[in-house]
Amino acid sequence: MGRYVLRRLLQMIPVFIGTTFLIFVMVHALGDPVNALFGDKAPDPAVAAQIRAQYNLNDPLWLQYVKYMGNLFRWDFGTTFSGQTVTSLLATAYPATLKLTAVAFTIEVVFGIGFGLISGLRRGGVADNSVLILTLVVISIPTFVTGYVLQYLIGVKWGIVPATAGDPLTLQSLLLPGIVLASVSLAYVARLTRTTVAENSKADYVRTATAKGLPRRRVVINHLLRNSLIPVVTFLGTDLGALMGGALVTERIFNIHGVGFYLYQGIVRQNSNTVVGFVTILVIVFLAANLLVDLLYAVLDPRIRYA
Amino acid sequence: MSTSVSSASAGSRADTVDSSDAPLLQVNDLHVEFRTRDGVAKAVNGVDYSVRAGETLAVLGESGSGKSVTAQAIMGILDSPPGHITGGEIIFKGRDLLKLGSEDRRQIRGAQMAMIFQDALSSLNPVHTVGAQLGEMYRVHKGSSRKEATAKAIELMDRVRIPAAKDRVNDYPHQFSGGMRQRIMIAMALALEPDLIIADEPTTALDVTVQAQVMDLLAELQAEYHMGLILITHDLGVVADVADKIAVMYAGRIVETAPVGELYARPAHPYTRGLLDSIPRLDQKGQELYAIKGLPPNLLHIPAGCAFNPRCPRAQEICRQEVPRLFQVTENDGTELAGRGSACFFWKETLNGE
Ligand SMILES: Nc1ncnc2c1ncn2[C@@H]1O[C@H](COP(=O)(O)OP(=O)(O)OP(=O)(O)O)[C@@H](O)[C@H]1O
Ligand code: SF4
Ligand SMILES: [Mg+2]
Repeated sequence: MGRYVLRRLLQMIPVFIGTTFLIFVMVHALGDPVNALFGDKAPDPAVAAQIRAQYNLNDPLWLQYVKYMGNLFRWDFGTTFSGQTVTSLLATAYPATLKLTAVAFTIEVVFGIGFGLISGLRRGGVADNSVLILTLVVISIPTFVTGYVLQYLIGVKWGIVPATAGDPLTLQSLLLPGIVLASVSLAYVARLTRTTVAENSKADYVRTATAKGLPRRRVVINHLLRNSLIPVVTFLGTDLGALMGGALVTERIFNIHGVGFYLYQGIVRQNSNTVVGFVTILVIVFLAANLLVDLLYAVLDPRIRYA
Repeated sequence: MSTSVSSASAGSRADTVDSSDAPLLQVNDLHVEFRTRDGVAKAVNGVDYSVRAGETLAVLGESGSGKSVTAQAIMGILDSPPGHITGGEIIFKGRDLLKLGSEDRRQIRGAQMAMIFQDALSSLNPVHTVGAQLGEMYRVHKGSSRKEATAKAIELMDRVRIPAAKDRVNDYPHQFSGGMRQRIMIAMALALEPDLIIADEPTTALDVTVQAQVMDLLAELQAEYHMGLILITHDLGVVADVADKIAVMYAGRIVETAPVGELYARPAHPYTRGLLDSIPRLDQKGQELYAIKGLPPNLLHIPAGCAFNPRCPRAQEICRQEVPRLFQVTENDGTELAGRGSACFFWKETLNGE
């Protein structure tokens, strides 16, 4: 177990370096950040030179990257051109996005698996057909359409929950954005769970569990669902990335000042420190989440345990 | 394992059987059908059999003859839908199981009657340790604590002679060999010392070398706990060694019942005769093997009259008109042969080998 984790952590190093270097190169390909900073005005050569020196912009790109990474390890993400430290931006943006993602992920897991289980246990029934149709509808409509429609209906017209998530973020104000963000993934999880539950309910070990005289509830939860979750967990792991990506869109609809908001600002202003800093943390979060899911997968299925 | 037919030695075992009181299990005129998209498959069409405490009933028959479905109906684990019990009764320890509620039946399952399945690898849950799966019996039926259940599980594994049980209790099914896995299945069935065990082809999936070991273990434990055993099998060699009596099934019916030795010596049904003739025998090496001609009947359209008539070498006009009931088989002088029945109009001729 320990060796497995260590190996996975070591595997992350090249992935981490690769992704961060790539984003570093891409941000610099956007153009000269100093020119962007001054907009239409011609920059004062002396000031421009000072800024270039301060942000190591005269060094070759690989050296800039090495210096940047060196600072990162001292938790120094640099400053924006306007003088704010990037760490302070991270500290305001990430909690908001993580909260939104957590709410959405919880909704996805609880309702996705719940609907899938009900549907898979009663194949062909009313509940099953409703789930099949509803999930198909959700999957085929783009998220931002669902987002704006739900925001208008539930938030504006009926006023059940706040239409935009203000500051500070409350669980209640994150409910609607969470549902919107979760919707498509939830539909996939429900369908996947339904399929595996339906398939496994014919499995020999489920028959054995019944023959042992276990109560139906125990057969379903301890044997049927437990085994059916293995592919679902894999999907949830790969989906976590998509969920955070989707969060950037959902944040715009519901005016949440999260990662998406600051990343957008950073790109528009060609502020490399902001963009690279935010993306670096995103990469770390993805990698950690994937490791966690892989470990969970190994816990769920002893046959593949730490092979 | 040799499949040569020995004239069986059931006599020594028969003393352990209670012949005094009512049977442990009595199945009367059981009917089961599967309602599928293609139509209604009549899998079981009036099965009668009985087992006493300490007795072993072997159920024989071709694939699809309804052996497993009958067993599932007795256990109450029939796939439903599409399976439906449409008639008959299953009397277990004096109560008709088909009249009990689902909770009563659940409490009987596992505790008073247990089942051993053919493929232990797929029948054990791959994601739980064998200790957890064995212990579950005690946790659910006896309300034992986790610790007690594990101790019991180790005891059980010792009982079925799994080496180093203590170290292996936290292993998963895939970490055991086929023979050991089947021992775990047997241990699970024995856990609560049930009155009846149904073993559905318990050794078919195993290597020939371990088949005998597993079968011996099962027979030994059955005798020790004085349980009734229904043994479903294709292996006539196994039957001769362990069974007290035999029921031969065809198209969802019992076509012949007999004490084990008598069935081998003098079958009273043409289908049984065909089955016996199709066993390879050492003394007839080199000769062409006999096979019953034709295919098992389609359960959606069972032939009218005797279901075996399209394949039967003896079939007459009456066989296509009437369904033969299970006749009491008698000696030529009319003395009844105890426990013998044949669902054939020409049982007498068959018995005498004419
Ligand atoms: N779940 C099911 N759905 C539909 N039909 C079924 C189902 N289970 C059994 N049957 C029908 O019942 C018939 C008898 O099946 P059963 O499993 O009892 O045969 P068997 O005698 O045990 O054969 P085998 O020796 O191959 O195990 C099958 O041919 C099949 O048509
Ligand atoms: S009743 Fe007729 S068809 Fe059926 S087994 Fe006897 S002889 Fe053959
Ligand atoms: Mg079978």
